[in-house]
Amino acid sequence: MSDYNFAYLDEQTKRMIRRAILKALAIPGYQVPFASREMPMPYGWGTGGVQVSAACLTPGDTFKVIDQGADDTTNAISIRKFFEKTAGIATTEETAQASLIQTRHRIPEAALSEDQILVYQVPIPEPLRFLEPSEVETRKMHSLEEYGLMHVKLYEDISQHGAIATAYAYPVKVEGRYVMDPSPIPKFDNPKLSMAAIQLFGAGREQRIYALPPHTRVVSLDFEDHPFEPSKADHDCDLCGASDSYLDEVIVDDAGGRMFVCSDTDYCRSRRAANHVGAQGAPYEDARA
Amino acid sequence: MYVAVKGGERAIDNAHAWLAEERRGDRAVAELSVAQIREQLSLAVNRVMAEGSLYDPDLAALAIKQARGDLIEAIFLIRAYRTTLPRFGVSHPVKTSAMRCDRRISATFKDAPGGQVLGPTFDYTHRLLDFKLAAEGEVAEAPEAAPQPGQTPHIMGYLNREGLIKEEVPDEATPPDLTREPMELPATRALRLQALTRGDEGFILSLAYSTQRGYARNHAFVGELRIGAVAVEIDIPELGFTIEFGEVVLTECETVNQFKGSKTELPQFTRGYGLVFGQTERKAIAMALVDRALRWKELGEEDQGAPAQDEEFVLMHADNIQATGFLEHIKLPHYVDFQSELELVRKLRREAEGCAGQEVAE
Repeated sequence: MSDYNFAYLDEQTKRMIRRAILKALAIPGYQVPFASREMPMPYGWGTGGVQVSAACLTPGDTFKVIDQGADDTTNAISIRKFFEKTAGIATTEETAQASLIQTRHRIPEAALSEDQILVYQVPIPEPLRFLEPSEVETRKMHSLEEYGLMHVKLYEDISQHGAIATAYAYPVKVEGRYVMDPSPIPKFDNPKLSMAAIQLFGAGREQRIYALPPHTRVVSLDFEDHPFEPSKADHDCDLCGASDSYLDEVIVDDAGGRMFVCSDTDYCRSRRAANHVGAQGAPYEDARA
Repeated sequence: MYVAVKGGERAIDNAHAWLAEERRGDRAVAELSVAQIREQLSLAVNRVMAEGSLYDPDLAALAIKQARGDLIEAIFLIRAYRTTLPRFGVSHPVKTSAMRCDRRISATFKDAPGGQVLGPTFDYTHRLLDFKLAAEGEVAEAPEAAPQPGQTPHIMGYLNREGLIKEEVPDEATPPDLTREPMELPATRALRLQALTRGDEGFILSLAYSTQRGYARNHAFVGELRIGAVAVEIDIPELGFTIEFGEVVLTECETVNQFKGSKTELPQFTRGYGLVFGQTERKAIAMALVDRALRWKELGEEDQGAPAQDEEFVLMHADNIQATGFLEHIKLPHYVDFQSELELVRKLRREAEGCAGQEVAE
């Protein structure tokens, strides 16, 4: 792939994206329009995240890609291969080893550090989109800090269902100013949004970049009498026994039998390597054989 | 005992190998050449060039071959390639008045200088399957006439002389480039036309059709439709003059639309405009109708709430590469968000049934 520049995008384009990233970091939670390029993968499949990663990567970086928390989901593999080919950078599945992590739908279980960057793939960056379809209108609402519609929606959820009926892409308020869509992560992950690492959000099709600088105050929207509740399946991981990780439910037999396993495959692997065994797990060496 | 499924990487490689085999089809049948596609499926090539926003018949033909004839996939290949190309310069606006017309018709005048030229059209063919083509028969050569000397004037120019058609004010400003800047709304007409000309043919066609059926009816006549080659000129700063460096085939459509006038303006006709790469007649006409519908505000017309009048709706949904990518992304794993929904629905059901602790959904 020597025909292409390092990490595919030309330097002018990277500069344009970096300017948008810097602006996004300066105004946490604000959606910065950027001239998203047409990438060699489909819109909706991580083109925003890929462009942000391409603009941030340097030859010394170690890159990790997860989708649904896992390194071995097909689209994560495809994106990792893309950067192996176009940037020739080192890749890893170990969260702690990665300097840049691109993710779709999850925040890793292990806490990230100040020298790491977490890049999110974002389908619809606008938290108000499903309340107001017009971009012209929602931009106005953000600039006027007019978030009443969102509170009404949450209130209506409670009056109808007794609880806020949003399980993922749960809206947050950033540093007391912008309401932000954290991308479709489960609300279980929301408390992790205030973290030491830089978090960058790229929406390619919608041409928006937004960001959370390290240690930004991020509050999940709620009401005093209906406080925000992160939730997960009420089980332990059947492979590693973890009780604190987000779980995938897997159907294991024709009778519809279920088991629950960590969605973060690296977290699960590292726990099993440290000899933690869940209810249905085999000792670590066995599982690898 | 359960071991998590792995092997996505090998699955991807194998899937692509199978795809390549399927693309080739039966090896007993001769392989299609890119030149055959370029010459014999030229309207498919034209559509790929138009919606791919790249005028290169050979690359478009290659893309069609690679995409197994899926034109949106071919457009996608061209777009992804196009975005990597350096820009050497910007051409002068092409002069469609100097077009070497292969086809030029007007529905509003029986005859006009330059005449009605049918050209290579499907119009008036009877849509009867031609089984001779299955027998690989050669076609007879078409009769030829000497080309008309001089330029073919635009029909709209004649209406203009009487002041019967609203004058379009020339805009000297450099038009925005939607492939290099994020879309800003409200959009200028130049930006709208840019989005429409590369927009999905089916989407633009259906929107145009909806205006004909009454959703923002604007009663269009095809004032003129012309197809032909125009020269592309560029300034070379080192030389200090303009050179002609190539030509492109374009389809241009100008519609004449009724306008009843307003408090400040006399009744006169207005126009819609379509300009598309290649012989792409259906698209150019549809584009002109949608362009006209989107002009309701500047012409002081009523907002009927029709889809074709809604600039944001039209521009944000016209691009088939954006649309197909986002549509098809729902094939990707979503089990993390689905899991969170699953838990929420179970919780809501538990609470609704007032029997906490019982796993209703299982």
